Amino acid sequence: MAGTVADPRLIGSRAAPKKHLRLSWSDPLFRAIVWQVVIVGIVVAIAWYLIGNTNRNLASRHIATGFAFLNRVAGIPIGESMISYNPSADTYGRALIIGILNTLQVAVIGIVLATILGTLIGIGRLSNNFLLAKLTAFYVETLRDIPLLLQLFFWYAILQTLPPPKAALHIGQVVFLTNRGLRFEVLIWHPADTWVLVAFIIGIFGVIAWHRTARRRQEATGRRPRTWPMALASLIAFPAVVGFAMGAPLDLEAPELHGFNFQGGGSVSPEFFALLLGLVVYTAAYIAEIVRSGIQAVPLGQWEAAGALGLRRSTVMRQVVLPQALRVIVPPMTSQYLNLTKNSSLAIAIGFQDVVSIANTTMNQTGQAIEGIAYIMAVYLTISLSISLFMNWYNARIALVER
Amino acid sequence: MSQSAAIADARYTAARERPPAGVTGPWAWARRNLFGSWLSTAVTLLLGYLILRILISFVSWAFLNAIWTVPYNAQGVADTGACQLAKGVGACWAIVTDKYRLILFGRYPYQEQWRPAICVALFIMLYVVSAMRSFWRKELALIWIATLVVIGVLMWGGVFGLQMVTEDFWGGLPLTLILATFGLAFGFPLGVLVALGRRSTSMPAVKVICVIYVELIRGVPLIAVLFMASVMFPLFMPEGVNIDKLLRAQIAVILFSGAYLAEVVRGGLQALPKGQAEAADALGLSYWKKTGFIILPQALRLVIPPLVNTFIGFFKDTSLVLIVGLFDLLAMGKVALTDPPWQSFSTEVYLMLAVIYIAFCLAMSKYSRGLERELSRAHRR
Amino acid sequence: MSQIMPDHAVAHMAVEDAPPVILLDKVNKWYGALHVLRDVSMAVAEKERVVVCGPSGSGKSTMIRCINRLEVHQEGRIVVDGTELTDDLRALDTIRREVGMVFQSFNLFPHLTILENCTLAPIWVRKMPRAEADDLAMSYLSRVKIPEQAKKYPGQLSGGQQQRVAIARALCMRPKIMLFDEPTSALDPEMIKEVLDTMVELAEDGMTMVCVTHEMGFARQVADRVVFMDRGEIVESGTPQRMFEDPQTDRLKLFLGQILRGH
Repeated sequence: MAGTVADPRLIGSRAAPKKHLRLSWSDPLFRAIVWQVVIVGIVVAIAWYLIGNTNRNLASRHIATGFAFLNRVAGIPIGESMISYNPSADTYGRALIIGILNTLQVAVIGIVLATILGTLIGIGRLSNNFLLAKLTAFYVETLRDIPLLLQLFFWYAILQTLPPPKAALHIGQVVFLTNRGLRFEVLIWHPADTWVLVAFIIGIFGVIAWHRTARRRQEATGRRPRTWPMALASLIAFPAVVGFAMGAPLDLEAPELHGFNFQGGGSVSPEFFALLLGLVVYTAAYIAEIVRSGIQAVPLGQWEAAGALGLRRSTVMRQVVLPQALRVIVPPMTSQYLNLTKNSSLAIAIGFQDVVSIANTTMNQTGQAIEGIAYIMAVYLTISLSISLFMNWYNARIALVER
Repeated sequence: MSQSAAIADARYTAARERPPAGVTGPWAWARRNLFGSWLSTAVTLLLGYLILRILISFVSWAFLNAIWTVPYNAQGVADTGACQLAKGVGACWAIVTDKYRLILFGRYPYQEQWRPAICVALFIMLYVVSAMRSFWRKELALIWIATLVVIGVLMWGGVFGLQMVTEDFWGGLPLTLILATFGLAFGFPLGVLVALGRRSTSMPAVKVICVIYVELIRGVPLIAVLFMASVMFPLFMPEGVNIDKLLRAQIAVILFSGAYLAEVVRGGLQALPKGQAEAADALGLSYWKKTGFIILPQALRLVIPPLVNTFIGFFKDTSLVLIVGLFDLLAMGKVALTDPPWQSFSTEVYLMLAVIYIAFCLAMSKYSRGLERELSRAHRR
Repeated sequence: MSQIMPDHAVAHMAVEDAPPVILLDKVNKWYGALHVLRDVSMAVAEKERVVVCGPSGSGKSTMIRCINRLEVHQEGRIVVDGTELTDDLRALDTIRREVGMVFQSFNLFPHLTILENCTLAPIWVRKMPRAEADDLAMSYLSRVKIPEQAKKYPGQLSGGQQQRVAIARALCMRPKIMLFDEPTSALDPEMIKEVLDTMVELAEDGMTMVCVTHEMGFARQVADRVVFMDRGEIVESGTPQRMFEDPQTDRLKLFLGQILRGH
């Protein structure tokens, strides 16, 4: 018989009959609609009532509405900011942007440091050394049982007991730690330094390219060329050579003691330092647990099978264990990153001016509480949603393929 | 086999039953776990040295050289000269012995402080009872309601001959416990309803409302919710109606906990096999009967460890009410430090607070870990 | 009791001229205070197929896992392919290259395709170029009769298919010896046959095998020798025919009675 018979299920001659709504309580669709109307109706009614009250209250207190205040001059003194700011000339809008930048600054640096510290501690938890394992377990357990706010107060108090600038703790002339903050030597940016930076970035691409070549070489011949000499050359030697060639001076500006405080050099306020320290130490405890359970989630059989095949321990880690561990680690890890970002809002309690703190001052000065809160929520929601979207995308991409 | 050979065998076998000397015993353990490799030995020596140094200096600061009480001068003001001299060398526990009632109970009238003390005991008893498996029945809800009512009566007073104490005077540990426990008591049913609503396939409008609520609250820090409550609630109320600060914060905590608990319960609902709901449907149970008798009891049992962990988080988060002007345990600690003679002894106060928080949170986290182990053992065949 | 074994092993060795590929000499192992391997001595010759059986807790899995040092023995000597098993890591690497293992729970790498599972070790340990490794893997996948699954992931295969992939993965290292640790115990009944058939083919091709299993039919068909272990020691050993039809010790009689009742 030539050809195959088509599946009659796929070539439909009829479509499924449409459903009709019966206006009777025994129809589930009717019931669902009624319930939804009732619930939505209640919610809308409550919202209507609240909004009505709010409008009346705002009117009686002569409080403006709308976001026009963003263009008014703020007059809020801001201790540290990443962009220029003049209290007597800049607007609320600019002040709030500075708040967002401060929040992001703490969040990004905090996430990086907390990840490094947390991963090290998590690996330490799994160590064969009894002291190391128990010490890291103690760290993780204790820090997760004390409120973050208490830890922030504690660190801030410790930083207050540091010596004054006259008697600063220091490493040579490079770093100074006092109760007025951390001060350190910075490089004075010379135009030639841009070339060094460009060389470094080229170096990074070079390392990536070399890794690709190494892999292709391995697939073709089985031997993998060493990657570390090339990495050393591209990231350190190459930029250094370019620096010499372009005559980039190594001009450093060191902080100098003038009177009661240092001038010059880079600085970090005690508020920022305390906030960063508290956030990093606290979040690292949670990250350590996530890393530990991620590595432990990889079944022992995977280690055994890879070892039984003769693979070296480093290869086992890289090719078999870590890919599987990362699948378990990444979702809760991103949720901890989100927590760290949200926790940075505690800055208001120790005087660091993040977006919540500046918005709070704005609300107090203009009386426009609703707009202020809406602003804060919009900022954090944007950050949360972006991180969630990223995580959903990442999870879908690396999901283990199953039946 | 001859007789002698059999006896020789028995003795030979018996002698071999004990492992050789290098396998068990404290030396073998030390060799494996402390000095297993060169790196391990180096780490052991370094950590051992550091731990010993820190322990010795801590013990000498906290106990050996500590000052436990200070005298009062003629005006009744504490004379902390001895403490100031000992700064850095000995702890000034005198601040604790002097101010512990202020820190623990806030501005509650001195003579009536036995009432919040009893409330603290009642809270602890409530937690312990809820933790015991034998009490996981419908009666537990009644126990909760009864205990919370008694606590309310004790704190407010005004009846049974008790002096009336309004909420502005509440503070310290009872306030922390009240915020956390009432937050859980009201947030839990809210969370269950929202979780059920979020899983609803037949009512998309309800699902959207629940999703918006959960994502909104979970996407913003607790501070924002507290601000929202303390700043916006007065605007929501008609003229003349005043919501007091504690109620505003409490509602914020309830809304906050409801969203997080909703996610935890949703996880449990998702983990339950579909066959359970199908079997209930096949038996002809209505939606609420099915949910109440079959789905929820099993789903909730699945997620008790994460529920406890979430509650530990709330317990710590109550410390944030300091920022909106309420006087919980942490805030009272800071208040105690504003007294001029005592201003520089923050470490001692923070340590005391840390010990109290650790006591509660460690107990709860050990409980939740033990429960997790039990439950996973029960599931494994 | 234990005396039966050493003499027999030595006698067995004396018959063959070639040195044994696996030699266990008075091996003892403790888990803490529990003595799990008691004076175990056994010799396996090249191309010999040995089946180890016994009740649970008898130490048979522990013994086979000591051969590629997944477990560490505390007393006695284990010599595999002329190299003695000690703490020396290089000796261990050499041994693990020549000994392949198939696990009860397959232990395939879930994040790699079937083909990548099989080529991982040849590429990273034997330093084979990728194209050569792919060809090698496909040839072994064809031998275990599932070449068409090469691009799939382990999660998409049935248990029997996964175990056959595990066998192919071990074979890709071209080992001299294959160890099987209860390879069919985690499989549904209808999939046991396909795995056993693969193992029979492997045996008929001349592979040296040590296999811990309860499948007595397989033992009868393929094994040169059956070793019965109980409570950490080798109690009896001999040809399958002799062991099943004429058990000498009471313990073996009891064990056979328990298993055969299930068939």
